[in-house]
Amino acid sequence: MNNTGVRKPRLSRTAAFILFCLLPALIPVVVLTYFPIFKGIIMAFQNYSLFNLNDIRFIGFDNFKTVLQDPNLPTIMQNTVLWVFISLILQFAIGFVLSLLLYQKFPGRGVYQGLIYYSWAMSGFLIGIIWRWMFNGQIGVINDLLLKMGLISERIGFLSDPKWAMFSVIVANIWYGVAFFAIMLTAAMQSIPEELFEAADMDGANGLQKMLHVIIPYILPTIITTTALRVIWIFNFPDIIYAMTNGGPANSTHILSTFMLDKIVFGGDYGLAGAIGVISIVLLLLYTLFYLFATKASKAGDF
Amino acid sequence: MKRKVISRVKLSSKVIILGIWLLFMVFPLYWMILTSLKPKNDIFKFPLEYLPERISFENYANIFAISKFHVYIGNSLLVSLLSAFIVIIISILSSYVLARFTFRGSRQIMSGFFLTQMIPMFIGFGPLYSIMSQLNLLNKQGSLVLMYSVLLIPFCTLMLKGFFQRIPSSLEEAAMIDGCSRLGGLIRIILPVMKPGISATFIFAFVQNWNELFLAIMFIDREEAKTIPVAMNSFITKFDIDWGAMSAATVLSVIPTMILFALCQRLIVQGLTDGAVKG
Repeated sequence: MNNTGVRKPRLSRTAAFILFCLLPALIPVVVLTYFPIFKGIIMAFQNYSLFNLNDIRFIGFDNFKTVLQDPNLPTIMQNTVLWVFISLILQFAIGFVLSLLLYQKFPGRGVYQGLIYYSWAMSGFLIGIIWRWMFNGQIGVINDLLLKMGLISERIGFLSDPKWAMFSVIVANIWYGVAFFAIMLTAAMQSIPEELFEAADMDGANGLQKMLHVIIPYILPTIITTTALRVIWIFNFPDIIYAMTNGGPANSTHILSTFMLDKIVFGGDYGLAGAIGVISIVLLLLYTLFYLFATKASKAGDF
Repeated sequence: MKRKVISRVKLSSKVIILGIWLLFMVFPLYWMILTSLKPKNDIFKFPLEYLPERISFENYANIFAISKFHVYIGNSLLVSLLSAFIVIIISILSSYVLARFTFRGSRQIMSGFFLTQMIPMFIGFGPLYSIMSQLNLLNKQGSLVLMYSVLLIPFCTLMLKGFFQRIPSSLEEAAMIDGCSRLGGLIRIILPVMKPGISATFIFAFVQNWNELFLAIMFIDREEAKTIPVAMNSFITKFDIDWGAMSAATVLSVIPTMILFALCQRLIVQGLTDGAVKG
């Protein structure tokens, strides 16, 4: 064992193997993911527009000022909060109820899960298109169904009326995202040891008590991670809104990520988009820190 | 007696909740398929028809007539398959090493990969556009193959790492005692056992690439190089959307991913829960 003459070359052979396996993954990620992100952050402090590439220079915080003074910004921030938290809460609540009903085996469960999980395989863009068609103000099937049920007396311009547009895109997002929580929470519930339920039965616990004292405590780590990740993910998810309203009507459905997308893909203003990106990253960081702190504090409170 | 009534109420409320949710989930896709199969004039006819009355493939024929849809399908297949293949090879190597060894920096690499999933990637889009233009890849499918492969490396590595950790390392150690090299052991002993996990990750990568829109809009503007999402994006940015053609295009583009998803739903779900929850 102490024969270093034999050990050394073996160690370095392992090191060489590790490098050989890792470099093909690391180099591209550094060059084509981290480097562009880093450069994008620098652009936030530059006058950098695709239409005037001869005039690229540092302008300090001017881009940030432009963004913060944008008259649409209050609406955008409010929409971002609504979009993230209403989507998250309803996706989670429905997903949780479904997984309570699905974690125990019953005939046909596999098929049922296939039928309610498929939205996950679709792109936000296509989901947006489908809901845009269903929410159509003249010929849309949702208006037709609501009229038939007598819930409304005249058609609603779901996507053309600023009062309804945000509601409509959030409905589509909920439709899409429940599958994620149902999948994750069902998996977590299935890993609860049978003995815990048996013990609860012996204590004469009813369904609600079992949920509160067995299921929720056991899957709490999953709940914390999935909701934390999901918030960030929904925040960065412009696809559905882009396809359904593209931020309209009259900028009433823009969230930060669609706003940034608009500046970058269609406006070519990389400086301004960079500033929105930096603001987004700062908000996400603050959120993450707060979440870590809050979940730690609540855990500490348990003991 | 009372118990029986309660359990019956419970069962029926369960069935009702599951039934309502099933309807809510299935209806949008049903409606899109139904729209795509209606003759063009029936789409805008009142009262709306909720069951197929006259099935017509007019919209499907139309989508191939008014656009180069076969070219878009070909491009989407090429780009999605090729980059899924590249990313799988790269990620098998990296995830294997990260699953089996702890070394200086391994934790940082994992966090670095994890972080890419959190940062809004759009902030890098501008610089990426310049890079593609310098590489002379704009308006070429190569730009998408390159970027899709790179962007999925972190997630696929995390996902595959979960699958590797389920396989006992004694397996390849035995092979190495028998004189196999580490790489040989990985290829000959581990990969065959990993087949289900690898297929699930491959399909995940394929579906992600097949669905990607915004990079493709940025990089591709030439008809011959467009993928399906880019083409569909140019349909919806027109003032008047042809919903017949649009629904047919949507159905055509959703079907492959749904078939793939149905084939290995259980495995993808397993990979996702491992990758995303346990990190």
